[in-house]
Amino acid sequence: MHGRPRKPQKPEEAEASAVEAAKLQNLQSQLLANHHQKNYAKEALEVSANLLEMNPDLYTAWNYRKLAVEHYLKESSSDIVSIEAILNEELRVAESALRQNVKSYGAWYHRKYILSKGHSSTDHELRLLGKFQKLDARNFHAWNYRRFVAGLMNIPEDKELKYTTDMIDTNFSNYSAWHNRSALLAKLLNQKAEGYFPMEKVLNEEYELVHQAIFTDPDDQSGWFYHLWLLDQTVKANPPYLVSSWPPHSFNVALSRTRCLDNHTPSPFCSFYSDSGTIPLILYFDQPVQGVDSSSVIVKSTANLRDLIWKPLSKCNRDTSKAWISHLTFPQEELNSEFYSVEVSIGHSQKIASATGFHHVKPTQISFKVAVNFKETPSEDFGNERIRWKDENFTSCGISPHNFPFGSDNSTSEGDYAPSTSEWCVETINNEIALFRELLSETDCKIGKLTLARLLMAHAATSPHANEMIQLEEVLDLYQDLMKFDPSHFHFYKDEHSLVLLQKVTSTRESLLRHCYSYKEQTSPYIDSTACLRLNNLSISRIGCVEKILWVQLLDLSHNELGSIDGLESMQLLSCLSLSNNKIGSFTALEPLRLLKSLKVLDISYNEIGSHSIDTTRYLFSSPLSHSEEIDLSSDEMATNCTDLASYWEAYFLFKDISLMQLDIEGNTISSESFKAFLVKILPKLHWLDGKQVQ
Amino acid sequence: MSDLSQHPLIDPSTFDLIVVGTGLPQSILAAAASASGKTVLHLDPNPYYGGHFATLPLHDLTSFLNSASAPLLPSPPLASYDNQDYVSVDLQTRSLYSDVEISSYAPEVLQEHARKFNIDLAGPRVLFCADKCIDAVLKVGVNQYLEFKSIDASYLWDQNGKLVNVPGSRAAIFKDKSLSLTEKNQLMRFFKLVQKHLDPAEDGESSKISQEDLDTPFSDFLNKLRLPQKMKSIILYAISMADSDQNDNDIGQNRLLTKEGIARLALYHTSIGRFQNAQGALLYPIYGQGELSQAFCRRAAVKGCLYVLRMPVVALLKDKSNEQYKGVRLASGQDIFSQQLVLDPCFIVPQLFKLSLESLQDVSSRDVNRKVARGICITKHSIVSDVKNCLLVYPPKTLFPEQVSSVRVLQIGGNLAVCPEDMFVIYISTLCDSANQGKEMVRAAMNSITLLFVSDCPDSSSVDQDTNAEGKDLDLLWSALYVQESSVGQFGTVSFTPMPDGSLNYDDLLNATFELFQKMYPNEELFPETTTAGDHQDDGEES
Repeated sequence: MHGRPRKPQKPEEAEASAVEAAKLQNLQSQLLANHHQKNYAKEALEVSANLLEMNPDLYTAWNYRKLAVEHYLKESSSDIVSIEAILNEELRVAESALRQNVKSYGAWYHRKYILSKGHSSTDHELRLLGKFQKLDARNFHAWNYRRFVAGLMNIPEDKELKYTTDMIDTNFSNYSAWHNRSALLAKLLNQKAEGYFPMEKVLNEEYELVHQAIFTDPDDQSGWFYHLWLLDQTVKANPPYLVSSWPPHSFNVALSRTRCLDNHTPSPFCSFYSDSGTIPLILYFDQPVQGVDSSSVIVKSTANLRDLIWKPLSKCNRDTSKAWISHLTFPQEELNSEFYSVEVSIGHSQKIASATGFHHVKPTQISFKVAVNFKETPSEDFGNERIRWKDENFTSCGISPHNFPFGSDNSTSEGDYAPSTSEWCVETINNEIALFRELLSETDCKIGKLTLARLLMAHAATSPHANEMIQLEEVLDLYQDLMKFDPSHFHFYKDEHSLVLLQKVTSTRESLLRHCYSYKEQTSPYIDSTACLRLNNLSISRIGCVEKILWVQLLDLSHNELGSIDGLESMQLLSCLSLSNNKIGSFTALEPLRLLKSLKVLDISYNEIGSHSIDTTRYLFSSPLSHSEEIDLSSDEMATNCTDLASYWEAYFLFKDISLMQLDIEGNTISSESFKAFLVKILPKLHWLDGKQVQ
Repeated sequence: MSDLSQHPLIDPSTFDLIVVGTGLPQSILAAAASASGKTVLHLDPNPYYGGHFATLPLHDLTSFLNSASAPLLPSPPLASYDNQDYVSVDLQTRSLYSDVEISSYAPEVLQEHARKFNIDLAGPRVLFCADKCIDAVLKVGVNQYLEFKSIDASYLWDQNGKLVNVPGSRAAIFKDKSLSLTEKNQLMRFFKLVQKHLDPAEDGESSKISQEDLDTPFSDFLNKLRLPQKMKSIILYAISMADSDQNDNDIGQNRLLTKEGIARLALYHTSIGRFQNAQGALLYPIYGQGELSQAFCRRAAVKGCLYVLRMPVVALLKDKSNEQYKGVRLASGQDIFSQQLVLDPCFIVPQLFKLSLESLQDVSSRDVNRKVARGICITKHSIVSDVKNCLLVYPPKTLFPEQVSSVRVLQIGGNLAVCPEDMFVIYISTLCDSANQGKEMVRAAMNSITLLFVSDCPDSSSVDQDTNAEGKDLDLLWSALYVQESSVGQFGTVSFTPMPDGSLNYDDLLNATFELFQKMYPNEELFPETTTAGDHQDDGEES
């Protein structure tokens, strides 16, 4: 079935196919006529059977037969013999259709339909499957059907697992067999079935098996895919834990309603301005979790805080997310500054759980202090100052490293943020690393390099302090190699490389500080803090490690190769963002910005918005409509009044919820006078557009 | 003799070809000549088919070996002049077997099952699924007379005295439990390199093995690829079936060249998976190797070849006018005439006949001066537990330092109808320069095998040494040891077919046979495509 070249048709073949086409057409029109007249006579059924034998992919014919079956079943509801005869005939038609085309969806579905009527025997179906799998052991239709039959007939999973072992023994280049194996094992492990517990023992055996395939033929990818699944099982087998938070543990946050800051704030990293007297509280986990709410997260404070509402920070509004946000609103009655202490604790209940069913069990506590200063302030003169992302406006900041809100260093006990990885997991990953280093020393192989890179990253994640830097360098080298030697997957490697690079940049306080600058114009009205993180000119194509930089309010990502900014939605403190000179292709790609409610300054100049007629980011969603929030257009003035809305719908959808004050959009294909006029209309608070003051 | 003279006259008395002896080469020649429309008379002095390639009951095998090894008294050839226009010259035979040692340890047991034994005279021998013999079997359509079964496993005896499984295919490498992961990778990489070299779709220079490498010894090439010793031994001795020590520079032309090694590897690989229900590369015919000769004879008979068994040839007839071959005189006294004659290698044509004989080029001719030492054991125990049919190779120097060539061992179980269900027939052979040398190697292999039984038998491990030895004796029911001469095929007005060689399969013998046919009938196609579709049966019958 595989690797057969297509040959051009010979004249006599063309003639034969023309005859066949005429016959097909004739049968087809007969069928449609019968279908319309609900003619289920024997001759009519014969027509459909003949047709399906010639062309098993004709859904209408299968539907017609289903209707006919229902019709006859109703007629002979009590006569077991005739029911049997009807269903047997259907099995026969389906089988001969499958002989014609073993990959016909319609025929397989029809067979399933007949089986669901409680007909045919397990043995018969398995024998038939055996025949088809002999023709093509990898045919996924047959495998799919096998799972259906196994489920219907209650064939035990371990028996089916044995079958996959046999198929793999015969020829291990069989994705379908490996895939079915993973599905069956997942079930058996979940049930903790006899002989499939403990999981560690089972997975060790599976590693052993897949090593045989990988080492025998590293160029065959099916084994590698199974290995990836195993690695996933190994790493995922850990309970979720809290990676970071904002505010960080043992931090002092200065909350004020003034923008102009007196110089008494302890650190430029922790001053925060809010009109409404609220600060965001962000919890960031190592893997997507669900169940974060006011009962699973207990917040105690000396201030009288209202009940907290937790929301996942995820583009797609799913109920699982790595990042969760709530807002702490401090009482505004008091005029004098006041210190409040806040204590957040999680891990007391089993409610927070990962998608794989592991619960957050480790009691974790974050405490911080908030200095509230709600003195009356003179109204400010907005709009006079513009943020300029020029190098000369930044000075390398003299920030004392001790005030730096850097990850786990500040937690009271080291263990608070440390993962609770099992010894087995660490040991397994170490073994795998050693093994694949050995393989790569023998043979050069792309997917081997990729796997080694993944293993090293898994290693870095499970034991964060052990030689992390050296390993990250090795991973970066591996991805560099892969970009060079496997150009057809360049973008994938580039993305992975970017994530590792960001991990390297954010891995230590010192390396992160090298990217921290002070913005010169202390008086700018848009910013509460002058500390800016500049990750420009790194040629990164993706964002990662946001958990390490949740505190950032000014972020410069210009002069990179970003096509997507997924992940940025967690950086809830962002007020100024430069994405200029990147590869953003559409407004849809900027959708994470919709969740950044405090964003005021945005530079997306010199990107590729409008140059791609097809917005491929749409394909990432199961339905083109699924990601759009419901919008009540009737109450929306814009929607009814603006004629440009249809053509700039995506821009409207993006910007309508962000109250931008400064926007740079020049250097994009979409940027035209009419578009700018449209932007001014939909962004009422806008002061600066492309460096010009908005009237 | 007296009743032979009563033998009815063979009619007609003139043929295109007379073939004497029903060994596999003669049978194929008879079948090929009949298929080309020649009239053929096929004679054999024995009451059974197969000649030196026969499969015989124990008793017949014993008497054959004893009589064939008996020293012949040289008698001067007699030329008797008749009144006719030709002269008859008595044929002489030579003894091709020597040093026969047959021991029976349990005569009663063997007697009880006497009719159940089918023992090959020229064992150990197997067929590769993709070799010339299987091709011929399929092309000629004699597969309808034959049924094959797979050899379950192959083993190599390694330097440390352990059995190493021979993983000949990708699936076998995957499943193998004894190779380390790195070894699996190295072996498979080597296989892929060879596949790429042989793949006609690959035309890049980089995917081919260079001509320079192809002309170097195979073992040097394997060294160059940094293959470890264990992998090298597997490839050289258990897949490429090399006979001499390939690491020994002194053996000169007996070192396998890379191109030869690769051709043998290719045969092995194409054999695996050729037939859906055959596992592994090797096949063995049910009821023994003699079935092959018989199948070709049946084919020849279908095409009109006349068969007369139990009919020795006693003399050659020489034309008086041109001094050329004219015919043969049978033991029955009848004179039969033919254009061409093919004789069994045991005949010596007297000097009176000035034959100009041309040796056939066949690869095994380099071993023509060597003998083949063969051994047969009938045992109650398998070499490897739970494996009925298997091949075991002792590479040179693994049994003892003076072991000059590989000793190959083939075990066939009762499921191939060669012995009772609970017994095994074990064939052993090796090439040797002298009978003593050969016997020493075969004996060493026999000892090694009997030791395997003991270590393999779980309940004997607790028993002390003495009873062990007794148990060993009980395991071995019968054994035979003999040395067989080699001879190549020769072409002339009187031609000779070759003796069974020391190889594991028939490829070299078949090459010589096909060449002989082409020399005899330069204008005939060897087995032209048959037109009768009914002759062919499903390939599925192949195993």
